[in-house]
Amino acid sequence: MLEGYLPSLLQGLRLTVGVALLSLAIAVLLGLLGALAKLSANRFARGVAGIYTSVVRGVPDLVLMLLVFFGGQIAVNAIAARFGFDYVDIDPFIAGVATLGFIFGAYLTETFRGAIMAIAPGQLEAGRAFGLSPWQVFSRITAPQMVRLALPSFTNNWLVLVKSTALVSVIGLNDMMQRAGQAAGATRQPFTFYLAAGVLYLGITAVSVLLLRTLEARSALGVQQAAH
Amino acid sequence: MNLAAIAESLPNYLHGLVTTVELLALSLGFGLAGAIPLAVARASNVRWLSAPVGAFTFVIRGTPMLVQLFLVYYGLAQFEAVRASVFWPWLSSAWFCAVLAFAVNTCAYTTEIIAGALRALPAGELEAARSLGMSRSQVVRRILLPSALRRSLPAYGNEAIMMLHGTSLASIVTLLDLTGAARELNSRFYLPFEAFITAALFYLALTFVLVALFRRAEHRWLAHLRLQR
Amino acid sequence: MLLRPVARLATLAIAMLTLSGAACAADPATLRVGVEGAYPPFSAVAADGSLKGFDIDIANAVCAEMKVKCTLVQQDFDGMIPALQAKKFDMIVASLSITPERLKVVDFSDRYYKTPNRLIAKAGSKIDGTAANWKGAKIGVQRSTINDRYATAKFEGASIIRYTKQDEVWLDLAAGRIDATLVDAVAGDEGFLKTPGGKGYAFTGPSYVDPEFFGKGVGIALRKGEPQLKARIDAAIKAIRANGVYKKIQDRYFAFDVYGGQ
Repeated sequence: MLEGYLPSLLQGLRLTVGVALLSLAIAVLLGLLGALAKLSANRFARGVAGIYTSVVRGVPDLVLMLLVFFGGQIAVNAIAARFGFDYVDIDPFIAGVATLGFIFGAYLTETFRGAIMAIAPGQLEAGRAFGLSPWQVFSRITAPQMVRLALPSFTNNWLVLVKSTALVSVIGLNDMMQRAGQAAGATRQPFTFYLAAGVLYLGITAVSVLLLRTLEARSALGVQQAAH
Repeated sequence: MNLAAIAESLPNYLHGLVTTVELLALSLGFGLAGAIPLAVARASNVRWLSAPVGAFTFVIRGTPMLVQLFLVYYGLAQFEAVRASVFWPWLSSAWFCAVLAFAVNTCAYTTEIIAGALRALPAGELEAARSLGMSRSQVVRRILLPSALRRSLPAYGNEAIMMLHGTSLASIVTLLDLTGAARELNSRFYLPFEAFITAALFYLALTFVLVALFRRAEHRWLAHLRLQR
Repeated sequence: MLLRPVARLATLAIAMLTLSGAACAADPATLRVGVEGAYPPFSAVAADGSLKGFDIDIANAVCAEMKVKCTLVQQDFDGMIPALQAKKFDMIVASLSITPERLKVVDFSDRYYKTPNRLIAKAGSKIDGTAANWKGAKIGVQRSTINDRYATAKFEGASIIRYTKQDEVWLDLAAGRIDATLVDAVAGDEGFLKTPGGKGYAFTGPSYVDPEFFGKGVGIALRKGEPQLKARIDAAIKAIRANGVYKKIQDRYFAFDVYGGQ
């Protein structure tokens, strides 16, 4: 049915998932840092975070990835030459993960920032009034509620991240998208193979949504929802 | 930095800029228009309303836009029946296929954003409206939707920007948008830096405009949620 | 104050990641070869994910002759030369024609095949290579190829639509989105006309051989300033032509001579 291309597609699937998870780890770290920086009283922190999110959110992933891949390689070559190394390879996997993590860190900054902002300010004031240290306010009041409030948007971001891994095929990574394209071109059946790739991506999504939905339900225990 | 090559390609970039903005505006417009009623259905308690919409958003959000675009553009054209149908003049145009794929995509994401905001509304607002004797549709129109739309602003701002970036995929199906112009420059003169940095600068400018617009909107409509310092 | 421990952790993580991404200098006894994988019968990807095709076989034969281990690296055609210059690979075996424009930025080995370029359109189409008949027509080409350059320069009045892969051109030609394509005659024949999707289509117009655009054949591209590598590759090509390896590879794909007369 898939004319023997299924094993190839599944190999691409593994690569896709690997890239997505690793990028997410980097993105969450950068997102937390960025959100805190943007909300802090420190002007410098706000400025740096502002530039980070503005620049990264201002350029398409495709363009950034090509810049990092070709330009980054040239830059590393130049630095390596200065130190006497012959050639230091920026492997497409590392380039893709670094770029995606860097990009989605900026989006998560906004997600976490929005979630923190949506926490009723009265709670933070009460916490401070009780003499809790800033770290205690964060860990006991802000963070748990931020997780609940950020989840819908975070789910969105994660799903977009998974999809964006498709662009890594542009810099030579033989992921699922690249393999579907090869099969489609060779067999002249684009519908079949892109549908197959779509189904596989849906598989990743289904698992993700299941996990995140459970998380959403657990963190919303005891909170009234405005259902109609 | 080879400025001469960039200068020579500027007309291409400007043409690409117009294409990008048109694609973005049309996709966001149609997407948002569709998302509002769909979001109301999605956040509703009524199973047969919320489930089909849920299935739609699940499938669209679960697959890359690139796959959706390829399915619409290359996939549909594979079938003789489609090529002979009355839709073909539309579907044979790369422009139409791109707008269709982009609009459907942003509609799904926006639906979930607004539905999430609808569900997260403080129950107190809803109770107050009901106690004032408002009808179902009045509650939705005057209390729920405005409030939900406001709360969706930060997330929708994200979505609008992601859609701006998404339009760069149009270059993959032969359209000459900003990224298309950059690929032309790169392929003619083998200057990846110049080509992509120029495109990046144009996208940055567009994004700043979008961000400024959304910041203005947030300032106006989310003033009540700003953190007290 | 909250940021400090978190920031420290972040810097550490990022540093570790960057360092782990750096591999040591490349082993001189291995070469990386850039190939396309979307241009049958010269290069294509089989169902099991492996690369096959005339270009692939020639690359492997040349490497065997030079007694080096070669790794094939796939790359989209329009990024081929930038990738070579960024040292992603050391040579390109992807049906790159030796043209004056390309010689400005890269070096070429001697040629390893030479075939003409032609228009393909629906049988009976009015497009026949004359200016009057291509006005207003949509001509599809693969971006960055000699066909792209020629069509852009010479086909005044026609719309040139550019695609990343030749495979995509075939899909749109069969769907009727474009009226014709300019392509290497062999790639067009084997990759389209002889396939079921190509029924009802035919070559039209003359053979295009203008050396300014179409060069003097297809060669292996390498970075400028590597005369030893060029000498080794040229010697290898000569050797496989002489010892029958070339003919064996050629016979696997073609029933005629692709090397092209002098």
